Amino acid sequence: MSHSVHSLLLIAAMAAVTFFTRALPFLLFDHGKEPPQIVLRLSRTLPSAIMAMLVVYCLRELTFAAPGGWVPALTACLLVVALQWWKNNDLLSILGGTACYMALLHWFG
Amino acid sequence: MNRQLLAFAARATIPVMMGYLPLGAAFGLLMAAADYGPLWVVLMSVIIYAGSGQILGVSLLAAGASVGQTALLTLVLNFRQVVYGLSMLDKFRGMGWRKPYMIFALTDETYALLTGATVPPGVDEHDFFFAVAALNHGYWILGSLLGSLMGALVGSIPQGVEFAMTALFLVIAVSQWKGTRDHVPALLGLGVTVVSRMIFGAKNSMLLGALAILVVVLALRRQSQRGEVQI
Repeated sequence: MSHSVHSLLLIAAMAAVTFFTRALPFLLFDHGKEPPQIVLRLSRTLPSAIMAMLVVYCLRELTFAAPGGWVPALTACLLVVALQWWKNNDLLSILGGTACYMALLHWFG
Repeated sequence: MNRQLLAFAARATIPVMMGYLPLGAAFGLLMAAADYGPLWVVLMSVIIYAGSGQILGVSLLAAGASVGQTALLTLVLNFRQVVYGLSMLDKFRGMGWRKPYMIFALTDETYALLTGATVPPGVDEHDFFFAVAALNHGYWILGSLLGSLMGALVGSIPQGVEFAMTALFLVIAVSQWKGTRDHVPALLGLGVTVVSRMIFGAKNSMLLGALAILVVVLALRRQSQRGEVQI
């Protein structure tokens, strides 16, 4: 089998599996039937748990051996939380936090 | 789709754009290094559309992995996305021909935006969702194409721009926190994932471990938190 055909097969497999994982809940629970209580409860509480999980996942590369490994990211995170808490402006919080992070990276770099 | 709607959707998706352009470009650069040109890059970004999945895909392609191996690794890596759909069942209902696309385009970031977004007054909710999903997909394709084309010419992406993704998740977490009195799920998500990071290291398997525990604990938790606000 040629190299290109094999590459195409791998890409098709990745596309199919990715779509399958995204479609699964719709295939199981979207036919007019009310999903079971346990599923409803999960859909109410899981989003906040997952959002916290994704924040930690984004910060997975932090290291604590030197200040440069954690101060920029954690400081920027605190700024984002503070801005969002008091000002409630998504864009301001994100731009402010990112600018702070880039400046601190430069400073510690 | 009118101009006002597009303006709202464009504004809402700016943080995702700031994350997807550099991340997509990184994917394009990796593909170029593995000798796959722009056509391959665009093909993958159009029909797969998964950040970590495609970056894993580069090494699978380069190593000439088997189809079975590729399918299994992609499944494991993407499994967390199964739960995203649960909170979108109602939101996507009645979207007609656009629904399969919405499901296809339900990435971490699009999920996050649709969960946290307040639809502007006078704008149809489903039109807004569709515009957000399509714009994000467009940023991803554009970023990966740029990375592929420029390759080694440009050299480096401004350092630290990718923090916009972290900030986006944080902003949504803060809004969710303010919208409910039930803070157990958020604190649990934080604690369990930190522990999972310490056990599994900075790999994608940390998500699987954390996700499994979160689903089980939250499913078993007793109901009826009084004063709970739906989010």
